[in-house]
Amino acid sequence: MILQLFMRASRVQKKRAILTIAAIAWGTLALLLLLAFGEGLGISLQNAWAGMGTDIAVIWPGETTKPWKGMPAGRPIRPRIADIQTIRLRVQGLTGVSGEITSWRTTLTHGDKTVTGRVKGVSTVWGQLRNQIPVSGGRFLNPLDDAQRRRVIFLGNTVAENIFGSDDPVGKTLLVDQVPYTVIGVMIEKMQFGAYSGMDADHAVIPIRTFHAQYGRDRLGNIVLKTENPVHMRAKLAEVAAVLSSKYGFDPADERVLGTWDTVETGKIRNNILLGIKIFLSVIGVLTLTVGGIGVANIMYAVVKERTREIGVKMALGARSQWITGPIVLEGLTYTLLGGVLGLVMATALILLMSLLPTGDSMALQALGKPTLSPSIAATAAGVLGIIGLLAGYFPARRAASVDPAETLRYE
Amino acid sequence: MKSDNPTQTNGAVIHMDGIRKTYDTGKIKVEALKGVNLDVKDGEFVAIIGPSGSGKSTLMNLIGCLDTPTGGTYRLSGELVAGLRKEQLAAIRNRRVGFVFQNFNLLPQITSYENVEMPLLFGGVSRRKRKQRVEELLERVGLGERMHHKPTELSGGQMQRVAVARALAMNPDILLADEPTGNLDSSSGGDIMELFQELWEGGRTMLVITHDAALAKRAPRQVEIRDGLVVRDNTNGSPDLMSDSIIQSTD
Repeated sequence: MILQLFMRASRVQKKRAILTIAAIAWGTLALLLLLAFGEGLGISLQNAWAGMGTDIAVIWPGETTKPWKGMPAGRPIRPRIADIQTIRLRVQGLTGVSGEITSWRTTLTHGDKTVTGRVKGVSTVWGQLRNQIPVSGGRFLNPLDDAQRRRVIFLGNTVAENIFGSDDPVGKTLLVDQVPYTVIGVMIEKMQFGAYSGMDADHAVIPIRTFHAQYGRDRLGNIVLKTENPVHMRAKLAEVAAVLSSKYGFDPADERVLGTWDTVETGKIRNNILLGIKIFLSVIGVLTLTVGGIGVANIMYAVVKERTREIGVKMALGARSQWITGPIVLEGLTYTLLGGVLGLVMATALILLMSLLPTGDSMALQALGKPTLSPSIAATAAGVLGIIGLLAGYFPARRAASVDPAETLRYE
Repeated sequence: MKSDNPTQTNGAVIHMDGIRKTYDTGKIKVEALKGVNLDVKDGEFVAIIGPSGSGKSTLMNLIGCLDTPTGGTYRLSGELVAGLRKEQLAAIRNRRVGFVFQNFNLLPQITSYENVEMPLLFGGVSRRKRKQRVEELLERVGLGERMHHKPTELSGGQMQRVAVARALAMNPDILLADEPTGNLDSSSGGDIMELFQELWEGGRTMLVITHDAALAKRAPRQVEIRDGLVVRDNTNGSPDLMSDSIIQSTD
């Protein structure tokens, strides 16, 4: 029936009909691709940001900038490993809190291979907070490792590759500044956007008490924490500041003492920017499609003009207005949906092709992500197409209904 | 006070009183009808004659509810047409009136069958009844063999017979024909006249606009229109006057 309609209208304007359908197909393609790119970008950004950890906060102890209870400004505040336990006890509603001490230039030796890298002493919960997932066959640090000050080490995937090449490092011995450690796990490769002391792939991690035993350092470089409910992050950070303030004596309102990166907060901003990008992309897509819709309306106006006599005859024979407007609306809708289906097929094919392209090691390509056609995108496109199709038929149909039969049938 | 009491129309199926029609083309107003009074009784055969531009076709459009008058009252079977909604006028055109045009006005893309079927489709007649009715009508006008031909494959006379069949589809009381033989050769025109004669004898009210003296004479009543007014209404015909007006109108 669709073909019949098409053939009938196109007898006079085949070229026009084809161009119009192509315009709608192009518009649909543009809309779908733009939305799919937005979706893919969002997913890849979300993954990349989740690389550092989801809804965590990172604290850097610094110096006081305000005098407090008789003490001058400019005192460095350096919490200790034991303070982590204090925070854990005093602040409720935390998924976990971990200390972090970094040894920046550490030699890591295996056999005749030596590299220099970062080694961090961390609490066991750090692996969960900071999204350190072991490659199967290995594991992250556990509480016993920490309690017994075991000399075990968890490697970032790049470090592991630099030292062991393609060999499996798990179970092998690694000298950390000449002290032998056993490799217990390697981190799986992950996308990571956020970082505060280099990429996780480049570091190695040991239990914080083992770190203390080897290096004699007790002062925390960072505190990482996560709340059970991200909504409470700000309140919990204030509580942590209060706990440390009462112990070390500083004004809890002194923001320079505890530098804080609240990823819940920055995540909101990021999501808003992403939403902005998506809206921008869909507006461009919808506009492109609207141009196609105007093409359909145009062709339907021409069809109405061409069929004025036919419409007049039908009116003379007693056709009610829906007999006149119905076919016009239906035909406009048919053109639009035909183009839409064509656009959908092309978009699906293109997206499939693009997903087959290797992104390689290019960070930019990885960040751009894979365009993704989600059901919500399909629903949006179908909705937009439907509305444009109906409008493209509605206005010409209104003109058809306003044809004056007496005028039309007047003897030529 | 408005009343739809049929007695007011003296039993006329068409009752027109002081009908005016003005076309407003923006710059100039054209008064096509200047106050026409016309009563047509059920089963009458009326020829409407008059020169070009006299307002005959306008009158025909008003009678057929294709258009509405700008003044005067028009009752169709006692029902006041002014004030009817668009859809109600469409229903009247569908059920009460059949149109036959000079240039046939058949839809060229579809077959004779589908052309005749169209009013039945608009009237909501079931598929089975439509088929029965269309076949019966096309047989009656002698085109049973040409049912599935398109209008372009038919002669002028055949096309006009399809158009008559179409006009009769919903079995209307009134048949309106505007120069039905105007585009036909004399033999085909004669066939159509025969057909009209039969239809009239079958009890239908017939109104025919014509320049054709022979067809006009077949009608027992001739109404002559000139400059938007009825100037003559001869119930039994006056051949001299008739031929006079025909000569004037065909020049």
